Amino acid sequence: MATSERRPLLLDFEKPLVELDARIAQIRELAEENEVDVSDQIQQLETRAMQLRQEIFSSLTPSQRLQVARHPRRPSTLDYIQAITDEWIELHGDRSTGIDDLALVGGIARLDGRPVVMFGHQKGRDTKDNVSRNFGMASPGGYRKAMRLMDHANRFGMPILTFIDTPGAHPGMEAERLGQGEAIAYNLREMFRLDVPIVCTVIGEGGSGGALGIGVGDRLLMFEHSVYTVASPEACAAILWKDAGKAPQAAEALKITATDLKGLGILDQILPEPIGGAHSDPLETAATLKTAFLDNLDQLSRLTPQQRRELRYQKFRNIGVFAEISA
Amino acid sequence: MSLFDWFANRRKAEPISKERQEREIADGLWSKCSECSVLTYTKDLRANQMVCLDCGHHLRIYSDERVRQLIDPGTWKLLDEALQPVDALKFRDRKSYSDRLREMQDRTGLSDAVQTGLGQLEGLPLGLGVMDFRFMGGSMGSVVGEKLTRLIERSTRERLPVVIVCASGGARMQEGMLSLMQMAKISGALERHRESRLLYVPVLTHPTTGGVTASFAMLGDVILAEPKVTIGFAGRRVVEQTLREKLPDEFQTSEYLLAHGFVDAIVPRTQLKRTLAQLIRLHQPYPPSHFVHVPDSLSRHAMNPDYVSETNSAS
Repeated sequence: MATSERRPLLLDFEKPLVELDARIAQIRELAEENEVDVSDQIQQLETRAMQLRQEIFSSLTPSQRLQVARHPRRPSTLDYIQAITDEWIELHGDRSTGIDDLALVGGIARLDGRPVVMFGHQKGRDTKDNVSRNFGMASPGGYRKAMRLMDHANRFGMPILTFIDTPGAHPGMEAERLGQGEAIAYNLREMFRLDVPIVCTVIGEGGSGGALGIGVGDRLLMFEHSVYTVASPEACAAILWKDAGKAPQAAEALKITATDLKGLGILDQILPEPIGGAHSDPLETAATLKTAFLDNLDQLSRLTPQQRRELRYQKFRNIGVFAEISA
Repeated sequence: MSLFDWFANRRKAEPISKERQEREIADGLWSKCSECSVLTYTKDLRANQMVCLDCGHHLRIYSDERVRQLIDPGTWKLLDEALQPVDALKFRDRKSYSDRLREMQDRTGLSDAVQTGLGQLEGLPLGLGVMDFRFMGGSMGSVVGEKLTRLIERSTRERLPVVIVCASGGARMQEGMLSLMQMAKISGALERHRESRLLYVPVLTHPTTGGVTASFAMLGDVILAEPKVTIGFAGRRVVEQTLREKLPDEFQTSEYLLAHGFVDAIVPRTQLKRTLAQLIRLHQPYPPSHFVHVPDSLSRHAMNPDYVSETNSAS
């Protein structure tokens, strides 16, 4: 995963940081021209920049987090797979719909010596790539490809690692005709049946049923700035507030951040990101993910398939908040 | 009054004034078909299970009426009536979720958007869940998820077939991710029911969309639908926005899903009970054992109210 040399794309809340960085560069330049030693001053400013970055990124609002989660440079499924595996063979197609869905990619890899099956939503790197990847919005063919890979993993005793990063399942006519609802529903049910360990990770945007369609596992992990939501804040605002401009309020109300979801008992583990978000240091982020995978697989491998299935069932069985008033 | 006068008076009174017509519709004496606008005597319409006698349109019915149509009189036992929704996220859009809930409960007399219970259909015991579109568009939150899960789990334990009548706009946004996760929870319970080789039949009624379509509505061993209902994952308007063009009328209807192989049969409401009974009988063990298996909870003593409340609080 090559760290990009291009100028990073800026989010609006990052502006004060850029201004500070520019000032540091300016002082350094001036000092060099006039041959003055300003290293103390520069060090001070750099410390301040670091503090500011930390402050900004530790207090992001849900809608700012959503921007980080959707950042065009945020590491994608294939980035992580390349960074953390020893070897990797991508497999294509679901053997039924007649189209290979590029919005959901997967295959077999070796992770720290152990063969595993990995798959996930794949967003594009640029506009052209995004068009062929359909912005990471999978169609029934994608969900059925995932199911085919899961059956494969189950047959050969390979753990399953899924990467969630989608605005949602593709809302198109073709997708509906091919049974988008059925494809997702089928995965939800079958993932409870599988014997092998399943670890699901929200690496970016977890959008509704399209995310859940590969999201039923023994563990749900989420990066610090990832979000997971029942409906996109934009759609929710349009429906409930009748005003898509109210998306920031909706993002707040929907409780979409990792911390919120941990509190609701939905999430098992929050993975820290480097200050500045995953895209500021993709390799460090990938290392965090690899460690988390190995830890979780280690724990899960100690259980029998029956124990795993039972715990997986109970994990979802216990989600929900209601009152029970005895009459 | 002579016979002639009587006729004259009667003629004067015809046609029924609009005002009187409306009053009688409001009284519930007459019902107007929302499709062909023909007025039908409500009693006749009801006898025809709220299917228009003139054009065959299926008028919208709610959970109580559906239970009455499907379950043999005197055999229905509600489950988990004590479950109540909670505003776990302190959600507020233009109105707070807790206010919305209270309003809905007052207006509908329901606690949430589904009724579940055990009963008999043509003498065949089963677990039945009926979603109610009146309650926040039949949306699925924690209570809907929990009630359906308990129904399926109980039916698995008692080896009963399950029928769920779907009518829902999808997940309940006011419960955020808790509602999305109900899709997985119910699907998990269905996996266990299926593993026990028991029959599950969803009945898709108007409308069945979103998260319900992407979970239990599409997981039936056999999937039935009422005629001309809307069934889909993505909302029609969303798809139109994506495509930037209008969709054909038949898109996302029962007939469209039948043609594309996603439902097994379109069954008019008047035939539904008979069809379900036929399906359940076809899935009973063969050759039949000498006695019909009636689970304890459905036997006569189970109808004793004390016993009922005790079993409700269990599990």
